[in-house]
Amino acid sequence: MIRILAAGVVPLIAIVYGCASAGGGASSTVKVDGSSTVFLITAAMAEEFHKTRPDIRVYVGLSGTGGGFKKFINGEIDICDASRFIKPAERDAAKKAGMRYIEIPVAFDGLSVVVNKRNDFANSLTVAELKRIWEPSGGVKTWRDVRPEWPNKVITLYGPGQDSGTFDYFTEVIVGKSGASRADYSASENDNQIVLGVAGDRYALGYFGYAYYEANRDQLKIVPIDAGEGPVMPTPETIADRSYSPLSRPLLIYVRRDAADRPEVNAFVTYYLSEESAELVREVGYVPLSDEFYELARNRFEDRVTGSMLDSQPSEGRSLKDLLSASRSG
Amino acid sequence: MSDKSLSTEHRGQPPIWRALKERLFLLVCLGSTGFGLLALAALTYGLVSEGWSVLSWDFITAFPSRFADKAGIYAALVGTLWLMVITAFFTVPLGVGTAIYLEEFAAKSRITRLIQVNITNLAGVPSIVYGLLGLAIFVRTMHLGRSLLAGALTMSLLILPVVITSAQEALRAVPHTYREASLAVGATRWETVRNHVLPQALPGMLTGIILGLSRAIGETAPLITIGALGYVAGLPRGPLDSFTVMPIQIYNWASMPQKEFHADAAGAILVLMAVLILFNGTAIYMRQVARKRLGS
Repeated sequence: MIRILAAGVVPLIAIVYGCASAGGGASSTVKVDGSSTVFLITAAMAEEFHKTRPDIRVYVGLSGTGGGFKKFINGEIDICDASRFIKPAERDAAKKAGMRYIEIPVAFDGLSVVVNKRNDFANSLTVAELKRIWEPSGGVKTWRDVRPEWPNKVITLYGPGQDSGTFDYFTEVIVGKSGASRADYSASENDNQIVLGVAGDRYALGYFGYAYYEANRDQLKIVPIDAGEGPVMPTPETIADRSYSPLSRPLLIYVRRDAADRPEVNAFVTYYLSEESAELVREVGYVPLSDEFYELARNRFEDRVTGSMLDSQPSEGRSLKDLLSASRSG
Repeated sequence: MSDKSLSTEHRGQPPIWRALKERLFLLVCLGSTGFGLLALAALTYGLVSEGWSVLSWDFITAFPSRFADKAGIYAALVGTLWLMVITAFFTVPLGVGTAIYLEEFAAKSRITRLIQVNITNLAGVPSIVYGLLGLAIFVRTMHLGRSLLAGALTMSLLILPVVITSAQEALRAVPHTYREASLAVGATRWETVRNHVLPQALPGMLTGIILGLSRAIGETAPLITIGALGYVAGLPRGPLDSFTVMPIQIYNWASMPQKEFHADAAGAILVLMAVLILFNGTAIYMRQVARKRLGS
């Protein structure tokens, strides 16, 4: 019987071993995990970084912003990718664990609200209307419930699942409370499902990150959002200067303070914030920071400014620039 | 059904009607088989037509990239092979050992019945639960980190119920007379199991192992939970290194905004299917060898 087992197992082990030994023997590693949105950026950075520093291995996971923070606070990873700011509960947990971190914005994303190509009436939506559509007790069933002159057709809604940072952010700025959303919509962790759903249904509405609209322009119609100063379309410009409000959001990385002094982590984060990396952000479909922001972000890392920008003051009504500069002096 | 009810059922029915029922039954069975095959054919056609164009040696030997046309599955492929071998290393002895104990040695008591019921139930537990268990035990408590070893142990837990149950079925299928004959000539229980029962049951056990490993090769959720990676520019250097596997890479590509990556995903699925066939082919070959030895 042993011979029988050997007949099958030995060749397989040989194949695996052969493949494995072909890999090099690098030693220093940088461990990253967190948001699947920011993953695209970090993976691109890691890919390019690997070309200049093949001696450093960067591992990037994608267990979601929440899952990433859990591992981050546990000390299992060096950097956490986040598509939202660290939550108060997570800040407390970090404090309790005696863990200090540096919070660095790395790009912008504009959550895009989309409808079907053949939808000829929804040419803009106000934040209040979006809120009525998505809040748990809004009672909106048809397009006419949103605006009286719109057709009496049932709105079919598509959106990300409840574990996503996109969902957290959208509900926070639109409905007013993170996680508060009506439940009768088609939720999908895969944004391509939302694209398919909206593209195939004349009276559908959905939302997701800008990269998904960018890649599917021909199939979808984007809805400009009116936050009181007239409808604004999400474009790289309006997202970067945050005039596409309130749906443009910063994407961040959190670096463990003690890990930041390790040469490999320091080198990777420095590369992440360098000028040439802005192009990488654009390539994967997000909006890079402006030069000014990059400068502020770099300073923040070089000075090892710890804590969240939201520690001292609420984000309400303050631009990211204020926050970034404020915590630099503080 | 007793003979009596059979005969009353048939009485008075014209032969043509019985023949018709026969045909109808055949048609239903054929339809069921055809349905599955048709679905498989449609799936394969869709995958081949979308993914064939990306398949190349470069695709197999390149690391993932943000450019769809440069991206490859090397790291994921090697990760999957590693994971399968280590998983098999743990699962086969544990699964077969448990089955032998339960079937050949354990007394049929209330406790063994309880164990039996639990094993059967565990087979139906959602895989994400095993991921959480693996995260708590292997990654955190045992400090294995986000390693291949932690992943393989989690996968072993996941597929053990299937392997144990089918190994038990295989042992049960060995005629009792074999054991009695062996014991009657003075063999110990160990000798009986080793020389007579196990060789007979081996082909059936291998079927269970094939099914278990086939399930493990396609799992994504528990591995993401324990922290398998989405991107790694390098191959695992040993069982304690971080890793990624093909289903994660496929999931990753399928959820990318750019359509070119969806073709990469289809291509990766084709490679995954090839690996699966390779694994199963090996196991089936081993089963053939085992059967042949029984025959001679």
